[in-house]
Amino acid sequence: MKGTNLGEFEEVVLLTIASLLDEAYSVNIVDEIGKVTGRKTKLGVVHAVLKRMEDKGLITSELGEPTKERGGRRKRFFQISHSGKIALLKSREQRDKLWSLIPDVVFQGVR
Amino acid sequence: MSKHQTGPPRWMDRIVELYCRPELLEDLQGDLYEYYERNLKKSRSKANLIFFIDVIKFFRLYTVRKPKILGQMTFFNLFKNYFKTSIRSIARNKLFSSINVVGLAISMSIGILMITYISELLTYDDFHKKSDRIYRIISAYKGISDTEPDLYASTSVFLGKKLKEEYTGIEKVLLMRRNFIKDIAKGENVISVRGHFASEEFFDVFSFKLLSGDPATALKEPNSVVLTKTTAEKLFKDKDPVGEVVTSGEENFVVTGLMEDVPVNSHMQFEALASFSTAENAARKEENSAFLTWRSIWRNYVYLLVPEDGDLNSIQANLNEIASTENAKTDRYAINFELENLADVMPGKDLSNKIGSGVTWQVINMMITLTMIVIISACFNYTNLSIARSLRRSKEVGVRKIVGASRGQVFSQFITEAIIISFIALLISFGISMLIKPEFIQILSGGMKVLLDLRYIHILYFLLFSVAIGVIAGFVPSLILSKLQAISALKDASKLKLLKKINLRRVLIVFQFTLSIAFIIGSTISYKQYKHALNFDLGFNTENILNIDLRGNNSDILLAEMSKLSEVTAHSRSAMVMSTGDTWSDIFKYKDPLDSASAHVNYVDRNYLKVHDFEFLAGDIFPYDLNDGQEAKYVIVDELFIERFGFESPDQAIGEAVTLLQRSGQSRLEIAGVIEGFQYAQIERRRKPVVFFQGSDDSYGYLNLVVKTDDIFSFMGRLESVWKQIDTVHPFRAEFYDDRIKESYEGYAIMFKIFGFLAFLAISIASMGLLGMAVFTTETRIKEISVRKVMGATEKHLVYILSRGFVFMLVIAAFIAMPLTYLFFTSVVLADNANRTPIGAFELLFGVLLIFFLGILTIGWQTWKAAKTNPAEMLRNE
Repeated sequence: MKGTNLGEFEEVVLLTIASLLDEAYSVNIVDEIGKVTGRKTKLGVVHAVLKRMEDKGLITSELGEPTKERGGRRKRFFQISHSGKIALLKSREQRDKLWSLIPDVVFQGVR
Repeated sequence: MSKHQTGPPRWMDRIVELYCRPELLEDLQGDLYEYYERNLKKSRSKANLIFFIDVIKFFRLYTVRKPKILGQMTFFNLFKNYFKTSIRSIARNKLFSSINVVGLAISMSIGILMITYISELLTYDDFHKKSDRIYRIISAYKGISDTEPDLYASTSVFLGKKLKEEYTGIEKVLLMRRNFIKDIAKGENVISVRGHFASEEFFDVFSFKLLSGDPATALKEPNSVVLTKTTAEKLFKDKDPVGEVVTSGEENFVVTGLMEDVPVNSHMQFEALASFSTAENAARKEENSAFLTWRSIWRNYVYLLVPEDGDLNSIQANLNEIASTENAKTDRYAINFELENLADVMPGKDLSNKIGSGVTWQVINMMITLTMIVIISACFNYTNLSIARSLRRSKEVGVRKIVGASRGQVFSQFITEAIIISFIALLISFGISMLIKPEFIQILSGGMKVLLDLRYIHILYFLLFSVAIGVIAGFVPSLILSKLQAISALKDASKLKLLKKINLRRVLIVFQFTLSIAFIIGSTISYKQYKHALNFDLGFNTENILNIDLRGNNSDILLAEMSKLSEVTAHSRSAMVMSTGDTWSDIFKYKDPLDSASAHVNYVDRNYLKVHDFEFLAGDIFPYDLNDGQEAKYVIVDELFIERFGFESPDQAIGEAVTLLQRSGQSRLEIAGVIEGFQYAQIERRRKPVVFFQGSDDSYGYLNLVVKTDDIFSFMGRLESVWKQIDTVHPFRAEFYDDRIKESYEGYAIMFKIFGFLAFLAISIASMGLLGMAVFTTETRIKEISVRKVMGATEKHLVYILSRGFVFMLVIAAFIAMPLTYLFFTSVVLADNANRTPIGAFELLFGVLLIFFLGILTIGWQTWKAAKTNPAEMLRNE
């Protein structure tokens, strides 16, 4: 099934959510991705990915307290679900397997 | 944008709220705000811009709401269910449904006729292909003493010629003149025709179809006539009349065209057209003719055909220029002009001297208002009864809501029900409208043809009308029912807030009864005014006097023959029939050359004043009748005339000379007699001085025969055969004076009819509504009544308790209606009436009493029935 594998950006977002623990909400995720990876991401893109992953059941969300800077609106905090964790692990496993098959000569000179 | 504002512009927010799914909205908006807050550090405008771009960017498939189509789909799916429920509910409450249906049907029948009538009026003149480019010039005449100018549909030949010869920018200028009325003959065949004069542009401007003849030249030469098909057939049978010569007295006319009959929906009606040059020729022969003067705006019409790229403003500017040049020459009056498109002619403004009869928008609006009032009143019945019955439906609404019906769905369900009722009413009202159509046509057609033919498009109008009625009637009850909360509706129906609406219902009932009372009072007053006009003492005798229209015949010959009949006991001759609407006037002076006054005039023979029993205060009748060509010497004046000119007494006036001012000069006439004042004009007009001239055969228009007979029919037959021996062309036209007076007050009779009819409608609707409410109230209070009865209340007391609320409403309605109707009639309808009948307590109270009687009968019937029931049976059911 095609949908079982994570997309590249999905994986990044998922990892970021995992790393942010209880602080993972949309704006924070965008900031964190920018800080850690140096990638400039758009809020809209992150939003769409979050929505898609929630639909797939990779993450769950709940609403937090309203804050002033959000015009009195509540934050939606995301948490990685069990199947999200499995997906991440699976993806890592696949990569590790592939890495282990690559002889060191391939990267000679790059590192 | 104010500085205090911290967030982004509200309208951008709104866009998000508009498209975003509700479950995503809060989160998304919050994010946007957070970003906005950050960007605010740069600058507000930049933050706004980014916010806006984000708002647009978030418009994605997953954020956007599902379109509402799905919701509407369920409406259509549910429609079958709504329909079924509605039919069942209608069938279950037969009494209430029939009250609703009948009330709506009665009022809608008027609506249907009004729709037909108005759509018929709107088709006027639309058969002219160039109608959007045809304009009529209308004149505004303001005399020196007038505050407001009077508007005339007519204008001057002067203006038409000037536009034609000296100005550009107009494709065609058509000149027309009213009243081409002639008896035309071809050999033995004589017919009389009514038509107009028109210049040669006529067929270029209008799209009347010429069947034979050349449209470009048909109306060019003097003494050319174009006949309509019907007219031509009378004279020439099936032969093509073009090229034939017809005679009218000493004149000859060449028939230059044969045209199709004028359609009913043309604002001008005619049987023949004569060339405008005919009228010009006739005017040239006349001395001192006013035909070509600037001032003569009373009988001529100018129609313009404006080029497709024509500039109306420049034409109007030209008109203003002509007007200001000419108006500068006199300070006694000013004439100005306006352009009026053919589409605005009929129905149109309130203009004098129209070329044909027409209906003004004022009249139409008044009719629409009256119709609307009656219809709304019937809608109130529905509203009232539905609100009252809504308690019974609340459970249904509760269940519907619990299984997921939205407010809109419940609303549309009840609106559907109202529309179904309205459709049923439409069917019945269509039948009713067919029944009352002839009467309706009679009331509407004042000098013009009203067909009220149905066209297919009307079906659409009627359906739309019916839907509109359904929505109006059902709106409030549907709104109230759809607002119900499911839980409270199911829990305890009796505690619902619905009962608070009781005030609205009372207001509606009071409105209906105010209306009924007002209409009854209105019809009583107009009936009384009508009777008053008929029985009014005019100051002279009109009984048994038969007026015969001379129609141009020699009065001596006719009189000689007719007075041979034994039934004719006396006879006289006069120029016109007084007190029936027509008034003729002239200007007179006495000694003071600067003091002139206008007086009503009539030309009569010696016998006239005696035949009509005028009271002489001084002097006597004319000493002799004028022979042919003899100059008139005497006048007889009335009381008001000698008061106006300050004679000392009637006796002193005898033998004095007064001066008559006419266009052709002055003439001095001697007063031969003074009579008591009398009513010359119709009774609503104030009396003016009256002068009788000695008449001659040129001036007489009528024979006045005093008739004494038991067998009026055979007498009229013999009279007609005498007429036919002398005049073979014109049909015999004779009418008793009293009948003529009756006819001239037809206006009041029509007013009475209209008010009477409206009153009938309003009363039936209101009574039905009251009946419904009374049934409902007694039904809901039956337990209370039973308990009271068990506790020892008498039947009388129960009736009192049940009906006092209604009686109170009737009293309020009476107190609103009486002063309002009184004011309406005294200050609007009969405001200018010099001899109006006093509106007494009887007229006002009659309506009130009738309504009280009907109301109490309705309520009493129901409450009495309720009070008589056996309380044991009612209470046992518990």
